[in-house]
Parts: sequence; structure tokens; C-alpha cells
Amino acid sequence: MRLSCVVNGEEREAENVWEGESLLYVLRERLGLPGSKNACLQGECGSCSVYMDGVIVCSCLVLAGQAEGREIVTVEGLAGEGGLHPVQEAFLETGGVQCGFCTPGFVVATHDLLSRNPGPSDAEIREALAGNLCRCTGYEKILDAVRLAARRMSP
Amino acid sequence: MTRAQTTPTPTRVGPGPTTFSPGGIGESVRRPDGVPKVTGEFEFSSDMRLDGMLWGATLRSPHPSARIWSMDLSRAEAMPGVRAVLTHEDVPGRKVYGMETPDQPVLAWDRVRYQGEPVALVAADHPETAKRALGSIRVDYEVLDVVSSAEEALAEGAPELHPSGNLLRHVRIRHGDAEAAEARAEVVVRGEYEIGMQDQAFLGPESGLAVPDGRGGVDLYVATQWLHVDQDQLAESLGLPHDMVRLTLSGVGGAFGGREDLSMQVHACMLALHTERPVKIVYDREESFYGHVHRHPCKMRYEHGATRSGELVYVRASLVLDGGAYASSSTAVVANAARFACGPYRVPNAVLDAYVAYTNNPPCGAMRGFGAVQTCFGYESQMDKLAEKLGMDPIELRLRNAMKEGTRLPTGQKIEGPAPVAELLEKLREMPLPEGPGGGTRDLRELPGGVSNTTHGEGVVRGVGYAVGFKNVGFSEGFDDYSTARVRLSVTDDGPLVEVHTAAAEVGQGLVTVEAQIARTELGVEKVSVLPADTRVGSSGSSSASRQTYMTGGAVKLACEAIRRRLFETVAERHGEDPEGLALENGSVVSDGRFVVALDEILGAEPIEETVVHRHVETFPLDEDGQGDADVTYAFSAHRAVVDVDVELGLVRVVELATAQDVGKALNPQAVEGQIEGGTAQGLGLALLEEIQVRDGRVLNASFTDYLLPTILDMPPVRTEILELADPGAPYGLRGVGEPPNISTPPAVVAALRDATGRELPRMPVRPEALVGIADGPPRRRPQPGSAGYGTLGSLEERRDQ
Ligand code: FES
Ligand code: FES
Repeated sequence: MRLSCVVNGEEREAENVWEGESLLYVLRERLGLPGSKNACLQGECGSCSVYMDGVIVCSCLVLAGQAEGREIVTVEGLAGEGGLHPVQEAFLETGGVQCGFCTPGFVVATHDLLSRNPGPSDAEIREALAGNLCRCTGYEKILDAVRLAARRMSP
Repeated sequence: MTRAQTTPTPTRVGPGPTTFSPGGIGESVRRPDGVPKVTGEFEFSSDMRLDGMLWGATLRSPHPSARIWSMDLSRAEAMPGVRAVLTHEDVPGRKVYGMETPDQPVLAWDRVRYQGEPVALVAADHPETAKRALGSIRVDYEVLDVVSSAEEALAEGAPELHPSGNLLRHVRIRHGDAEAAEARAEVVVRGEYEIGMQDQAFLGPESGLAVPDGRGGVDLYVATQWLHVDQDQLAESLGLPHDMVRLTLSGVGGAFGGREDLSMQVHACMLALHTERPVKIVYDREESFYGHVHRHPCKMRYEHGATRSGELVYVRASLVLDGGAYASSSTAVVANAARFACGPYRVPNAVLDAYVAYTNNPPCGAMRGFGAVQTCFGYESQMDKLAEKLGMDPIELRLRNAMKEGTRLPTGQKIEGPAPVAELLEKLREMPLPEGPGGGTRDLRELPGGVSNTTHGEGVVRGVGYAVGFKNVGFSEGFDDYSTARVRLSVTDDGPLVEVHTAAAEVGQGLVTVEAQIARTELGVEKVSVLPADTRVGSSGSSSASRQTYMTGGAVKLACEAIRRRLFETVAERHGEDPEGLALENGSVVSDGRFVVALDEILGAEPIEETVVHRHVETFPLDEDGQGDADVTYAFSAHRAVVDVDVELGLVRVVELATAQDVGKALNPQAVEGQIEGGTAQGLGLALLEEIQVRDGRVLNASFTDYLLPTILDMPPVRTEILELADPGAPYGLRGVGEPPNISTPPAVVAALRDATGRELPRMPVRPEALVGIADGPPRRRPQPGSAGYGTLGSLEERRDQ
């Protein structure tokens, strides 16, 4: 099938998509956007998190066809012209990145959290990020990153 | 079939080179690969693609033990889009591989010895086509009896899984005179302990891209821990000279020991050479559980004798490790378990026997902590038991017996340099305890069970536990352990530049940052470029054994020093300076702070390059009594765990983990903390959540739905105290950092659980059933939801049979 959707603000099309492919597969293998990751492919790790029409989803659980005509934003679409998004900057600065495989998912999930709740408590941060696994950091520096980003982004 | 015309290179290759301006050592410098990692542009091994690329897939045995009578590939070969179907007959060179003992078939013939063992390969245009082709391969298996535990394997009359028998290695250590010591022991405690099979569960799945060069050779871009040991094994099995099998490290999504053995490397290269097209293999999560080795399950029997005042007199221990179907690094793991079986204590007499056996379980090998994790749970459980029997404070007992500089291990090796066991414990004791005893009305989210609303504080009991652990840094027992670094100092349009080239694997730990920091410090040059790791430079050894900063960092330091010497000779000649008084600062040569000459000027168009090999002090094999200076040096850490347990439901909330660790010198303090926090989380996982459940050789929970990793909700705040007591023999005095936290966390958590519940809890991970006293073992019933194990990937017929 042919798939068309808006990805990171651009109209994109993919040809010869097999009906069983996930949105994650199409992003990674057909649209040249491998930033969203493939750690579990079953909705357990959050490494594949993207926005679909403004709602955060595990793209490994979304069939490609479900994305037809929708608006997708991936981790590659978060940095602005002027450089990194404050969330990305904060992950770098606090040491929230080690191997980095979980990072795209955490960046998208944090971006989503702070857009809904600009001043989250630690308990709220933990709850919001409970669907994202990280095997390297022990989460301490990820918490630091979210707190820092929240401080910087609040007016 | 279209063929690749020329030697293509991946559209983007791996994580480098990265030129940046690092700070010097001791500063929390940002990672050079950090920006692409937060933007999603960093290329991990599973992200590579090339035009004309095929997808490789692996058929695996659904049976843990079976004879293969025949294979029918015809349906798979006839499927449109399938470009190759290969079996053991297509392995061009040595049909087996293995880091230490080559006993593992590249592709099984005749026999399979564990569930998930690779049997055949497919390359196809689309991953789904490859998967369907696998499903159409008929394998005629005769199912054989399963040897499902190490005890069974070592019992009289057990079926032999390998021609060498089932005993892989027995390490025997005799220290002092335990028999005579028994008479002096006024108090004796005995215990049996068990630890389940933990998975490394790195998030980036096994993956890589093999690209044929059109001349019979191949380039492999892969996530691994040790490029050169992969290259050695690939050359053997592909039947090619080393220079025709070139490896480049691509982005590695975590490792923790699980990437030390081969996974898809030979398979992808075979398919690529056969089809003359680039071939990518990416495991999914289920396959990843079958695709790498795990931490050895271990059963331990301990006996500790002490005086009434709490002085250890002797230790007897018998350790039995399940090595699984193939050797991997089992022989080294079992020796570690034995050498550190008494813990960081003065034990004058010891009788230690450690065994590792072949079974039909998943192969086990390296995982963070490497044998020391298992025994730390044993000896620390014993220390608590002894303290209780003596009516002593557990910290006091540990302090009384704490190893220090000059103490001899049961191997007879003397500890050189600081052994701050007492200091670490004192640090922990000084740290304030977190507020709020178990119970009382609080936020549900701060109670065991959380928002499941299982308690409002009733039945919640707080517990506190301590543990201290240690292990060796670097490879032991006479292994020729070295690392190579090539460093080049040149002048570019932007001024002086240092390029650092090693084969050492950046696996997330931040080695690339530290390499650059060292170059910056030693050469006083602002711009440093870390080149991609590949096999064009000599081996750096593995990113394991907490050794890489020590070994490769040390190699970079030596190479920089060699460059500096050459440079200063030139300066001395041309400027009549005493080379002894010269130093490098901010791109200039100075003498006593006085500017002598700028690097640009003195180097001109002539870069200086040095390649240096760094070896640590020689180590020696153990003799038949387990005596010998087997280790380079040691690293120590201690943990305190505070838990709240709902003693009626067996639910746990870890309230805080506090730790003190000696790192010798923190080259990058932020990265050191990251290692400590991450290792602590993996320790918490082992204590409470993580176990590959194997029943009769079958894995029951090969998914992240059923194998539970700690989430951000499970991890409490970690309070960290870092000591920097220089190791006299090490570069900058540093000690390895990565493994110790993983060693002392689990026993501390279990000690806290015992404190809260009063139960013995002899087995890790501790399950809710054990906490409420229903059972200390795993449930006998097969878990229903989620994965049914690898049975699902057999042929259609076999699936129907199940
Ligand atoms: S890859 Fe989608 S949730 Fe793990
Ligand atoms: S940084 Fe490696 S998984 Fe999070």
C-alpha cells in the first residue's frame, strides 16, 4: 500500500508498504528516521515513542496504515532551528545519556510531560516516565534532566 | 538479482569521529556523542541501511536437547524474495566458535544443546519474508532428555553433553589449615543460598551490517564489546585471513557483558559473502534473550567459623554454577566466584570449591560483576547470620574483619594499595537514614503497591541492610591483557589537534569522553578527535572487567607521553631548553610557566604519531591449591538499602539506596556517578525482579512483559559517596568503576528485606511469596500471560504439536 502522512512538519509518502508493518518500521526503514528506537517492539520500553496528532504513542504498536493522513512528530523533529530543545539540552548536561538507546523515547516523553505539566513533582515525573525503560543510568540523572528542563522552560 | 556494484559503505557509519573541546581529567565533561544521541541522529547498529541490503534471520531450535536427523529447506528456497538459505554445511571455516573454548556450533548439526540454538539462516528482501521463510523450514528433530541443572549434570550417569564431559571447570582453593582452625571456632553458621539467571537486557538489540567487498572479504559494522576477539573468531569460521574480515564498531546500545560473545556476527558475514549483498541482522527482544549469554545461576553452601568476639577463623564454601550448553567465559567466571568467595575480609583459613557444569540451559557467561555477584550474596548473607548469632551489630562484625592493605586473599595474593573496606562502611554508617518509618499515612505512591492501593500503611515494615563487595579489575590468571592506542598530534587550520584512535568499545560508559580528557590533559591541546573504533588499530581488549579506562585510558596516556617526549626533544634542540623543565599548556610549550614556543610553530607540517601498547602487571595462573597472584588490582564498594515491605502481601518499595565506593580517581565524576547509579539499579533488579525462568531447559519469559526490569518507579534515590584513594599501580590512581555497584547492591537489599520480615530469604531474586513465607522458590506452574517461550518460532508443524 501507499502511505502518506505529515512527519516533522513535512508531507511524506512511502510506497510498497506491507500492511503488517508498524509505524516504527516505516519511520526507521522507509522514511530515513531511525531516531525512534526498537528495543522491544511490544509496547514495554517506550524507546519508540512519537507523537501522533499530538498524542504520545508507542510507534511499534501502531500499524502503519493507522498513520495515514496523520501528523507524526519524532525525536528528530524536536530540535528547533536555533539548536537543541531545552529537554535535549538538559539530558546532555545532567548526564542522563549513557548508551543513548533509551534517550529518544525519554526525550519525547519528557517533552510531552512538560507540555502538560510545566512544574511536575518527582512523583509526577516518575509516573509519567514509568513506561520508559533505561538499562544504563538507574534513572537518577534522567530525573535530574527532567527537573532541570522544567526549571529552564518555566516562564 | 541486483548486485552491489562497488564496495558500498553505510549511509552513515557509527559514532564518530567527533571533534570537540573536552575538559581535562577530573572534570564532568559532556559526552562527545551526546548531541546526536539526544537528537536521534546517533547511528546505532540497528539503524544502518544500504541500498540493496538484505535482511538476515536465524532459525532456532525449539528444543533444549535434540538430535537433528534432517532438514528440508526446499520450501524456503523457493519463496519469492528469499536470497539465501544456509546451514552448517555452508560454514566456510571452523564450524564452532567460542572465546575461550571453541565448542559452540556456528549453526547446529547433528545435535542441539539449548533452546534457541541457531540451526539455519535466511536472507530476504524484507524481514517479514525472512521470518516466513524460517517458518517453512522443516527440521526433523528427535527430542532427547534434558539436563536441567548443574547438579544433575554432575551426578553419576548423567548424559554427557560434550566429549569432554559435563564438568567445565573445578576451582579448588586451600588456604591455611581449616581443619585445625575448626577447633578454634566458637561459633559456626551454615547457609545455603541460590541466585537465579539474570539477563543483561541491554536495550539496543544484537545487530549489525555485513558488507561484502567484492573481492571475497567482508566489512562488518557491529555493536560489540571487543572487536578483535570477534575478528579472530570470524576469520576462523569464515576461513579468511584477518585482513579480509574488517570490523568497525557501530553504535552500541548497552552491553554489560552480553556482547562479549558472538551473536549474529558470523551469520551476517556468511549471508553477505554468499549473496554478495549487504546483509543486516537485527534481533527482536525475544530473540535477544536467546541470542546472548546470561549471568550464571549459582547454588552456594557456606560455613563460617568465628570466635565469640567475632573474628573469622575459617570459611568453607562449595559453589555450583550452571554454565549452560556452551563454555563461553564460564571457566573465568567460576574462578572469580572462587577467588572472591570469602569477601573483602581477613580469612586466615579457607576451603573453597567452585564448579561449573554444562547443562541444556541457556549458555551463561559474562555479566557485570562476573562471578563476584553470586558469591557476594553468599558471604554477606553469612556475615549477617553470624552477626545475629553473636548478637553483634552487622557493621561492627564487618569492621572487625575488614580487609586492609597487606591482607592476603585465600589465593595467597597480598592486597597492594588501599583496601578501604572499613572506610566505606563507616561512610555509610554516617549517612543519615531517610525519614518516615514504614506505615503512617502517606502518599500512596510512596507505599509498597503504590497506586494499586493495596495498603494505607498497615502491615508495612521498614528494614535496613548493609553489604560490602569487591572484585578484580582487568583480566586475571595470566591472561595477556593489553590495550593499544594510536595518538596523533598535528596542526590544522583551526590550530593544534589531537586524534585518538583505539579499538576500544564505547558501550555507553563514556570511554570516548575519558580518552579525550586524557589527551587534553596530557597534551594541553583544546581540540581532540576520537576516531571510530575499528580493527585498523591493535586490540584494546574488551570493554569489560571494569578495565577499559584503566587499560585503554592508560594506553592513551602512554601514547601522549611518548608524543610529548619527542616534542620536548625537538624543543630542547631548537630552543636550547632543558627538556625536563618543559610542559604543555593551551597549545604552547612552556618552561616554568614561561612561554617557549607555540605548538603550531614547532610542529609545522609534521605531525607526531605514536602507537603504544599498555600492559598491566603480570598475573599468574592458580596452582592446584588455588594459590597464585592471579589479579591486577581490586575495586571495592558498599551499599545500604532501606526498604518498606508490606509483610502481608510481600510487596516491596525500596526507599533509598546509599552507597560508598572507592574509585581511586574520578576521571569524569558525572560519568562515575552514572556508572554507580546504573550498576545499583541492575543490582536492585537482581534482588527483586530479574530472572530468566527456565524450566526443563525452556525459557518461560523471553520478553520485557515477563522479564521485569526496574523502571523509574522501582528505583529509589541513590545517595552516593565517592572516595578517591589512589591505586599506586594504576594510571592516575584510578580503579575500575562499573562492576562493584552491581555486586554490593543485591545482598544489601536482601538484608533489608530480612530485617523487615525476619525471614531467611536464601534465594534471589526475592519474590513476594518468599516474603510472606508461602515459598522460597519459584512457582511450579508455568506463567500464562505473554510469551510462551521460543516454541513459537519452530516450524508450523512443531507449533501445532505444542
Ligand atoms: S519498541 Fe515500542 S515500546 Fe519498546
Ligand atoms: S542510556 Fe542506555 S538504556 Fe538508557
